[in-house]
Amino acid sequence: MAIKTPSRSRFRPLQGVDQSILDANKSLIDEIDRRKILRGAVSLGALTMLTGCNVTNQDAVQSVLKAVSSLNDEIQQLIFRPNHLVPTYTEAEVLKPPRFNAYYDVEDIAPVDGAKWKLELAGLVQDKKPWTVAQFAELPEQELIIRHICVEGWDYIGQWSGVNFRQFLERIGADLKAKYVSFRCADDYYGSIDMATALHPQTILATKYAKQPITDPFGFPLRLRTATKLGFKNPKWITAIEVTNTFPGGYWEDRGFNWHSGI
Amino acid sequence: MTLAVKSTDRKSPLLHPLPVRIMHWINALAMIIMIGSGWKIYNDEVLFGWLHFPDWMTIGGGPEGALQWHFFAMWLLMINGLCYLVYGFATGRFRRKLMPILVSEFIADAKDALRFKLAHDDITRYNAVQKLLYVGIIVVIVIQVLSGLAVWKPMQFSELAALFYDFQGSRLVHFLGMAAIVGFIVIHVGVALLVPAALKAMFTGGPRVADPKAAEPPPGSVPSEPVA
Repeated sequence: MAIKTPSRSRFRPLQGVDQSILDANKSLIDEIDRRKILRGAVSLGALTMLTGCNVTNQDAVQSVLKAVSSLNDEIQQLIFRPNHLVPTYTEAEVLKPPRFNAYYDVEDIAPVDGAKWKLELAGLVQDKKPWTVAQFAELPEQELIIRHICVEGWDYIGQWSGVNFRQFLERIGADLKAKYVSFRCADDYYGSIDMATALHPQTILATKYAKQPITDPFGFPLRLRTATKLGFKNPKWITAIEVTNTFPGGYWEDRGFNWHSGI
Repeated sequence: MTLAVKSTDRKSPLLHPLPVRIMHWINALAMIIMIGSGWKIYNDEVLFGWLHFPDWMTIGGGPEGALQWHFFAMWLLMINGLCYLVYGFATGRFRRKLMPILVSEFIADAKDALRFKLAHDDITRYNAVQKLLYVGIIVVIVIQVLSGLAVWKPMQFSELAALFYDFQGSRLVHFLGMAAIVGFIVIHVGVALLVPAALKAMFTGGPRVADPKAAEPPPGSVPSEPVA
């Protein structure tokens, strides 16, 4: 399987939504959402008394579940402890090689050419000059021996190193008060995390696994490794990073998985 | 034993006051959703190779839908469960209905139960086996919520996850808690069907029972047989 060459700009126009209009009508928007939730809740309640009947209001059920998932995003942000360090492990416990996972099988991975690879930067970032593999090699390295937990329920201990993400964001002059950091990948995967997670001391842009450059199946030359998110929130083969206040979604999140997915 | 009913008037509380009935049925609904969606989530990475739950028994369609249902119903279960615990302690219902559990009584009642001699003619009083089952299931559900939080947030609640050894330990405890709850439901529903008056009481409130405060013997008096 050959991957498509990334087009010049794969980001949506930044000035898509005039934020001031949303702000000016915040109470109205909140009201609409509340009504939708109430209507859905009533339908869900009625559903329990209608066993055996056709579910005619499936959309309402879906909208309640989606609303609760969004509510759970907010609650997970509240639960999040920005300076709480997660347990780390010893080198002896590290799984080599790590366990592969993507939205396709391992035979279908398309290796990225490190010589041609560039990391593009976009959004609320002062210095948008693209980065090369050689430039990343010069950055200070942080090592994390942490547990990787998949939404499916499996886990393993991995040893990752690379630049601390907060340091990298500071270096490129990113707006650290922005809400989201979003990622585009060479395999057309995409994802995003909240800024609090991006700034957590155990979030890095990994270039190495077990002290060796990351191999092709696991995201060469650059991937995210954050200790406080499920596996699918750690994009591999990253080609672009955008700092934004517009909710970016993600590959699995747009298919119904919870967006925050913090662990 | 109709003494309890005879000695009460119109103003005495029902066996299952309205809040208890509401919380019981909300809990039943939340449990069905939690178990059905939990089975689907389990199927994605089984703990036991021999055990997969057939899709028709599960809720949510795919794993993403099952997760949505699970993290919706968890609020229903937790908030309702907290209300139930506060109610049970504050009104004295737990103390009145579930205490004491005497070992001698339990052995006698367990023998009867195993011979299917179900002495449920007075549904206003629980025998020792019932008391232990009801106390036990409350404890199991509390542990189930804690292990669930540890599976959901093994890093934010890393101290809690450590109580269950680690992430997989939390998953295993969460699975065993589910098995215990399913086992309870089988017995609980089975008995409710064998004793229809008990089932009906969870809809209607059941017979009126003596006012718990009036039933308490005045200080210094000779303890008599408990009324309710």
